[in-house]
Amino acid sequence: MNDTPIIHLEHLDRVFQVGDQQVHALNDVTLDIAQGDYLSLMGPSGSGKSTLLHIIGLLDRPSNGHYLLEGKETTLYSDNEQARLRREHIGFVFQFFHLIPRLTAAQNIELPLILAGVPPEQRIPRVERVLKAFGIADRAHHRPEQLSGGQRQRVAIGRAMVSEPKVLLADEPTGNLDRASGREVITLLEELNGRGITLIIVTHDPELGQRARRQLHLVDGRIVSDRARAV
Amino acid sequence: MNVKDRLRFALQALRGASLRTFLMLIAMAIGVASVIILTSLGEGARRYVVGEFASLGTNLLIVLPGRNETTGGAPPMLSETPRDLTLDDAMALLRSRHVRLVAPINVGASAISYGGLDRDAVIMGATASLLPVRHMQLAQGHFLPEMDVERAAPVCVIGAKIRDELFAGKPALGEWVRIGDRRFRVIGVLVAGGESMGTNTDELVVIPVGSAQQLFNTATLFRILVEVKTREEIPAAQQEVIDILRKRHDGEEDVTVITQDAILATFDRILTALTYTVAGIGAISLLVAGILIMNVMLVAVAQRTGEIGLLKAVGATGGQVLSLFLIEAILLSLLGGMIGLVLGGFGAWLIHQFYPMLPTMPPVWAVLSALLVAIATGMIFGALPARRAARLDPVQSLSRR
Repeated sequence: MNDTPIIHLEHLDRVFQVGDQQVHALNDVTLDIAQGDYLSLMGPSGSGKSTLLHIIGLLDRPSNGHYLLEGKETTLYSDNEQARLRREHIGFVFQFFHLIPRLTAAQNIELPLILAGVPPEQRIPRVERVLKAFGIADRAHHRPEQLSGGQRQRVAIGRAMVSEPKVLLADEPTGNLDRASGREVITLLEELNGRGITLIIVTHDPELGQRARRQLHLVDGRIVSDRARAV
Repeated sequence: MNVKDRLRFALQALRGASLRTFLMLIAMAIGVASVIILTSLGEGARRYVVGEFASLGTNLLIVLPGRNETTGGAPPMLSETPRDLTLDDAMALLRSRHVRLVAPINVGASAISYGGLDRDAVIMGATASLLPVRHMQLAQGHFLPEMDVERAAPVCVIGAKIRDELFAGKPALGEWVRIGDRRFRVIGVLVAGGESMGTNTDELVVIPVGSAQQLFNTATLFRILVEVKTREEIPAAQQEVIDILRKRHDGEEDVTVITQDAILATFDRILTALTYTVAGIGAISLLVAGILIMNVMLVAVAQRTGEIGLLKAVGATGGQVLSLFLIEAILLSLLGGMIGLVLGGFGAWLIHQFYPMLPTMPPVWAVLSALLVAIATGMIFGALPARRAARLDPVQSLSRR
């Protein structure tokens, strides 16, 4: 692990126009995240935690401020360059899985590789490796509707991991799962973190949030607390 | 992302919404099929008419009494009642070195009877030259003999249907029939199904022109058909015919000479225009199909908002999303177009089965342009939905589910 943080946010603002009112979803956020860290973003609804996650994931752009990913200023990048960065460096896991219903588990996992233009003969072994690693090899040719919630989320994590990103962003990954499956999914994510991936989880659930090494609380678009895990 | 992957993704998307895809394919197929069928009909009608004119005879001039001015203008102050076209006029035309044959024609309607049976028939007064000039064919016997044109010989050649109705299977040759108040001997029967210029010769009775003049008590000819020696001589022959007749009619040009070529060209133009018109009507249904495709693609974009957000989250560029939806629209219209081609071809074939005389082959230009238009329709009407998909904000798209 080197000294430069993988993610460096500086005086970040995100302002939405809602009717004739301006809403500060993020207000002067400055944050460094080290490579391999395990971070939870907590806070009430509308506190800006999802907005922060989307900006880190390059799905949204800050209104003001700087965002350096691996030391490179991303706010100046074009949409297409940002798409390339997302493809190469960032994996997403969502509360509602966002699997494409008409594609099988294997095809869903393959999708980022297809978009990245990886040739088929290289895609197949990579997808198989992911299926095996996440314990869903026997479900490879099932469609999402034939899978349980836990299995769906594992497919979604597989999809996020297939292009071997450095950062994994999870937005309420257990929000739509029963407790048992939720715990499995968290264990899986923490294992990935243990292997060096930077994990950022947005959650409502204090129990889940307190598992993270570093815990951030947001209120009204500001970071109000930033602590390490209580041991 | 290579082309094969894009195609596969679009095909999977189409298969994922199979009912919608099916309906779209039908709409496009109907559009293309209607263009194919309508142009086949138009083209068939054109070929039919052109074929009919060709069977009328080659290098033909048709002389009509009266001056047909189609250029308009005030009617002449002095009375210009046209002089009759007479048999002498007709024979005089043979003096032109460009003319091979002259067939004067006289037409009237009269009853024809044999035994207890009688019916009305079109009676045509003609000479022996009519047979070669109009390319008629005989089933039995022989045609009017070569003889003095004025002679009113009591012989006739009858159409196949007249023979069947009057003689009902009994031999007709050599029998005497009554036409009007005269008796004629049947010397020949025309081939069944013979047609020229839309007139069925099955119900025709041909008698010598001299006999017809007596029968209808008139010296006027209905037409003079003139066969010119070669195609190249047609303009010269036309001028000579006019000159000869003007001299015979005291210097007044009171006949109209039309060439078969001119008629043919006119009909060809009219029917080609007709084909284009019906093709245009067919194109309207293609347009409707295009708008349907746009509508369906817009619905697809709205329904798959989450998917589009996801594609962007896993690294798809706007351009990739655009191309995926565009390919989907083009595939829809192309597949629909091909189904339409098959349907249209089948429809044209079916029409041909019911109307065998109509050569309903879809013209090549119609087939190609229908397909091209189908693809272009997909591209044009797919562009707007695809652009909308490409521009969707990923965060908002993902929050919708």
